[in-house]
Amino acid sequence: MDLKIRDLTHRYAKLEVLRKINLTVESGKIVCIVGPSGCGKSTLLRLVGGLEQPTEGQVIQMGEPPEGSLNPLTYIFQDFALLPWRTVFGNIALVLEGHGLGKAEITKRIEDVLARTRLSEFANVFPKQLSGGMKQRVAIARALVVNPAVLLMDEPLSALDSQTRELLMDDLVSLWERERFTACYITHNLNEAVRLGHEVVILSRRPGEIRETVSIDIPLGERTAENPELMKTQNLLWNMMREEALTADRQLTET
Amino acid sequence: MNSTETVGNAAIDAAAPENGRPVPFRGGGFSPKRVRFVAPVVFLSLLVLWELGSRSGFISPLVMPAPSEALGALGDLVRSGLLFKHLSASLWRLVIGFTCGTLLGLTVGTLIGLYSLPRATFAPLVAALFPIPKIALLPLFIIWFGIGEGSKIATILFGSFFPTVIATYGGIDAVDRSLIRMGQSFNLSRAAIIRSIVLPSALPAILSGMRISASISIILLVAAEMIGAEYGIGAYVLLAGNLMATDQLVAGVAILSILGLTVSWLISCAERYFLRWRV
Ligand SMILES: Nc1ncnc2c1ncn2[C@@H]1O[C@H](COP(=O)(O)OP(=O)(O)O)[C@@H](O)[C@H]1O
Ligand SMILES: [Mg+2]
Repeated sequence: MDLKIRDLTHRYAKLEVLRKINLTVESGKIVCIVGPSGCGKSTLLRLVGGLEQPTEGQVIQMGEPPEGSLNPLTYIFQDFALLPWRTVFGNIALVLEGHGLGKAEITKRIEDVLARTRLSEFANVFPKQLSGGMKQRVAIARALVVNPAVLLMDEPLSALDSQTRELLMDDLVSLWERERFTACYITHNLNEAVRLGHEVVILSRRPGEIRETVSIDIPLGERTAENPELMKTQNLLWNMMREEALTADRQLTET
Repeated sequence: MNSTETVGNAAIDAAAPENGRPVPFRGGGFSPKRVRFVAPVVFLSLLVLWELGSRSGFISPLVMPAPSEALGALGDLVRSGLLFKHLSASLWRLVIGFTCGTLLGLTVGTLIGLYSLPRATFAPLVAALFPIPKIALLPLFIIWFGIGEGSKIATILFGSFFPTVIATYGGIDAVDRSLIRMGQSFNLSRAAIIRSIVLPSALPAILSGMRISASISIILLVAAEMIGAEYGIGAYVLLAGNLMATDQLVAGVAILSILGLTVSWLISCAERYFLRWRV
């Protein structure tokens, strides 16, 4: 299933946040969206997943979601959004409730996804006992269990320290190589963007417009931190963004 | 605790090298822990002091009966079988009134917490009615619900209803909206979001509201039983007061205290069970 974003414009009262966004998220690809803080990245993602209604324009699903997808557009949040009173198992069970699945089927699916994300031994642990990185791994497992068509990730690694971020990036790369998931990945971190994105979309400062779209052809598995070509791309992106970031920093939140 | 810390610091001070001072400790505190046995010791010592005061004549028996006399009155009550009658009558009213008041309060509180129109309707009503002492309304309740059980249960019901409403919608207002957004993003139904996200989030607030409403219920129970009740702790205390039987009066008050302690203990158990994820 592809996602087509057409002429999307969004305003909060008089504040224009996004302007005329046109973008396609192709099946099996990761599209990274970068932009200075406050430029409307989170807003864009909320619009894409239907958590908010756009002022103008549309988001269109092209084609059918995969067979048995319980929630085609599935989010992974920056702050994990795990229920503190439920164990890892219970948190994943939450999103399987209400689909008419039997208890045995639910247990089977959860055990399967925990094995796929190497979390099996943490099934009965509460979120509070987990590190940030493990919490986000649980949130990823919860997203995968509903068999999504597109993962909508809003700065999923931004709440983590840089070492944990490296580890999770490796996890995401190997996960993509195994499952070829589709994702719209928001970040303000250019390194994440060049490591994970098949395509990197640069937004301008608010109102966010698409400044540039850069395709990166290096296979995800070969994008090590030392890859010189990748470093070059990252520098290129930074030069494009620098001016925007500088001005965005001095922008007021209210108009 | 404090004195050992000071001693410890002094020891370090002595060990500090010339011209240097260790950074003084200024953190800690602000986290009360569970300390066992302190409460029983406090209660027992107060009782012993009181008894000694009475025996030595320092406390006149006219002013205050000795604990042993009150215990004697309690013994009489047990032997005559009246304790069971009073207690069961009171407990029955308390349980029915408190349960109904809490359930109604939860429902209305949830409605106020979640929907605009009920909030606009009920929130000002609650604010207007909560401060009215329910005891003042007792005569009205008697006219409406009868002199028997109805008026007594209604008093307790209203007494526990309002604090529960306020605690519930306060708790719901404080629910982390990002968790609700997560629920919506996974297409959970409205009912599932309320059941699995909103109410569990609000539970700590609801339970601490319950502590207050339970105590209010006991107060109102006694007040209600002072009018037109044959049995009940309130009736027993009222009668003792009328006869100036201070030993019986203290015995009745002690039963009320024990009732309060028991309720508080039950709620603590519920908190420890339902909120075990917090520790
Ligand atoms: N619900 C909202 N109501 C009003 N303004 C909002 C709302 N959400 C975001 N904004 C504003 O829209 C702008 C973009 O926000 P956001 O999408 O969170 O940016 P980003 O994720 O790129 O940092 C910000 O200026 C923010 O203050
Ligand atoms: Mg954001």
